[in-house]
Amino acid sequence: MEGEQKMSVMTIVQAINNALDIMLEEDKTVVVFGEDAGVEGGVFRVTEGLQKKHGVERVFDTPIAESAIVGTGLGMALSGLRPVVELQFDGFSYPGFNQIISNVSRMNNRSRGMYKAPMVIRFPYGGGINALEHHSESPEALYSHIPGLKVVVPSTPHDAKGLMIAAIESNDPVIFMEPKRIYRAIKQEVSDDKFSIPLGKAKVLNEGTDVTVVAFGTMIRECQKALVMTKEAGISVELIDLRTIYPIDKETIVNSIKKTSKLVIVAEAPTSFSVGGELMAIANEEAFLYLEAPPKRVMGFDTIVPLAKGEPLYMITPERIFYEIERTVKF
Amino acid sequence: MIFNDFDPKEDKIFRVIDNEGKVINKNLMPDLDDETVIQAYKHMLFFRAADEMAVSYQRQGRMYTYPPCIGHEAIHAAAGMIIRDQDWLAPAFREVGIMLLKGVTMKEIFLYYMGNEEGSNFKKANHVLPISISIGSQYLHATGIGYSVKHQRKDEIVFTSIGDGGTSEGDFSEALNFAGLWKVPVIYTIQNNQYAISVPVRNQTNAVNLAIKSYGFGIPGVKVDGNDFFAMYATYKEATEYARAGKGAVLIEALTYRKGAHTTSDDPTKYRTKEEELEWAKTDPMIRLKKYMDNKGIWKENEEELIEKYKLEVDKQFEEAENMAPYKLEDVFNYMYVDMPDDLKRQKTDYEQFLTWKESKK
Repeated sequence: MEGEQKMSVMTIVQAINNALDIMLEEDKTVVVFGEDAGVEGGVFRVTEGLQKKHGVERVFDTPIAESAIVGTGLGMALSGLRPVVELQFDGFSYPGFNQIISNVSRMNNRSRGMYKAPMVIRFPYGGGINALEHHSESPEALYSHIPGLKVVVPSTPHDAKGLMIAAIESNDPVIFMEPKRIYRAIKQEVSDDKFSIPLGKAKVLNEGTDVTVVAFGTMIRECQKALVMTKEAGISVELIDLRTIYPIDKETIVNSIKKTSKLVIVAEAPTSFSVGGELMAIANEEAFLYLEAPPKRVMGFDTIVPLAKGEPLYMITPERIFYEIERTVKF
Repeated sequence: MIFNDFDPKEDKIFRVIDNEGKVINKNLMPDLDDETVIQAYKHMLFFRAADEMAVSYQRQGRMYTYPPCIGHEAIHAAAGMIIRDQDWLAPAFREVGIMLLKGVTMKEIFLYYMGNEEGSNFKKANHVLPISISIGSQYLHATGIGYSVKHQRKDEIVFTSIGDGGTSEGDFSEALNFAGLWKVPVIYTIQNNQYAISVPVRNQTNAVNLAIKSYGFGIPGVKVDGNDFFAMYATYKEATEYARAGKGAVLIEALTYRKGAHTTSDDPTKYRTKEEELEWAKTDPMIRLKKYMDNKGIWKENEEELIEKYKLEVDKQFEEAENMAPYKLEDVFNYMYVDMPDDLKRQKTDYEQFLTWKESKK
């Protein structure tokens, strides 16, 4: 069928919507629910039109109760359905945290494989949209730290679609964090067909020789802006998009570090005890003798993301990424 | 007693005046002089003016997301006029009226919605917690404060509110269960404005009403017409007397209608009809109180002039908020801990080095 593939221009919102639509169509066990996810199609319209098309029994609104959304989702996953549940914002995933850490993540292990939990827990994450409290957080480290979960963060419409399809097909539970700041900011040609991107595989977005930059989600766009500056400065950057936080693609990361000997990590979350820390551990464990500069984390302060007036001080800018890349390269 | 006479199990609703402002329950009409009634209406006028201004500032791009309170004025005025200075308020986010009467200023409200944490530092308001955006969590805090003031034998009681949607959160039930056990002096209000963003209350619970949930926790509950100032006032009066007498907590379902959007980011035309809005418009709390005053011939003020005066006052406070000193780097760090860890200080210093570099590049 080569050459006949139909493409459409999509945002990340549309790409995820498209992935859900395809899976609802193909797999009758898929159900989609959450607060405002039915009639309204979600506060960001990610599930818009899906209830109309697939019916109220498969795409529906729930009362406001995140623990119940996750916990009942698990019950469905244990008994023949494949739920894709929406938690409205990053900061509202915490009332569901107990269900995630105490039940969803460990059901397969507890039952020695008798009960699997094939469910996707999706929520928009990250700052930079002048939002209220609890609407700007990046909790990828919290979820990646829980054994039994897979954690996905796409950065483009294409990846969002392919990763969402893979997440729904996964027999392990998946936390799917959606970069809300670039929900509609990036448009890309995406295949209308069903396709999936394997979980656990990073992508080298830019090949380079001087320094490895690892990022994911919203920060990829900021890194790409920084790369314009590094190019001018004559620095050759290898940019890696993690795409899946856990399982983490050590091979791609380590091979790159062995090539460049330098590592810079870019993420929005607080620096300490973060995915950045894990990447530095990987660099130490797997490429220690290749390192020629201390790995650097360009990450958030160990503070709450400030409200809108203070947020620009917190957010990682292309300038700051460039500054740290340059310092690392010149070390 | 209102809480016994209007049994939520029978889905009774407590109401004092009808939509025409006519007193339909003389026995339970609170004993208020004309001056107090006029003052209540003035409060409501101010709340609505402030709210409309807030939405308009947001539309002008001078403020971020704001959740309008329009329609909730009778609940806010009644609670705000009864809560005392030493009493506590653990507010949800659609509570501006009560907060104002407790001493919070519009300047602070504006600061918060401009994205400045300083807007939760209520300088002149005694015992008011920052608003809870995390749905339902404030109910638990109110229960805890209730235990604390009772334990310390203080003459203080606690007010807290939640929306209809919030009653589905575990925190709601857990808070009320503890409240029943501990017999805490807390007035729990459910401001049932019919919608949790897009989800109507009929899709929130299969219970006949929300007040009936009080039965499960062994505390008195009542469903009240939340657009009837007198009914709300009488209910709060009885509730506070009950709490102060050491009898424990009560649950009040105040039935109202969210006349505006959930927040300025929301578009209600997606999920509700014009007809429904018009039907509820007949029960508007301000129109009803105004009709009551007109029937009695006690309202002699020029309403337009008053609103203009209030709007000027609100605008003055908005400008003060707008002219606040710029947000500084230390504002990000200084309040994270009482005793700031060294590593956090270092993060600040590192960032300052970056800023110096950035300046040097200009």
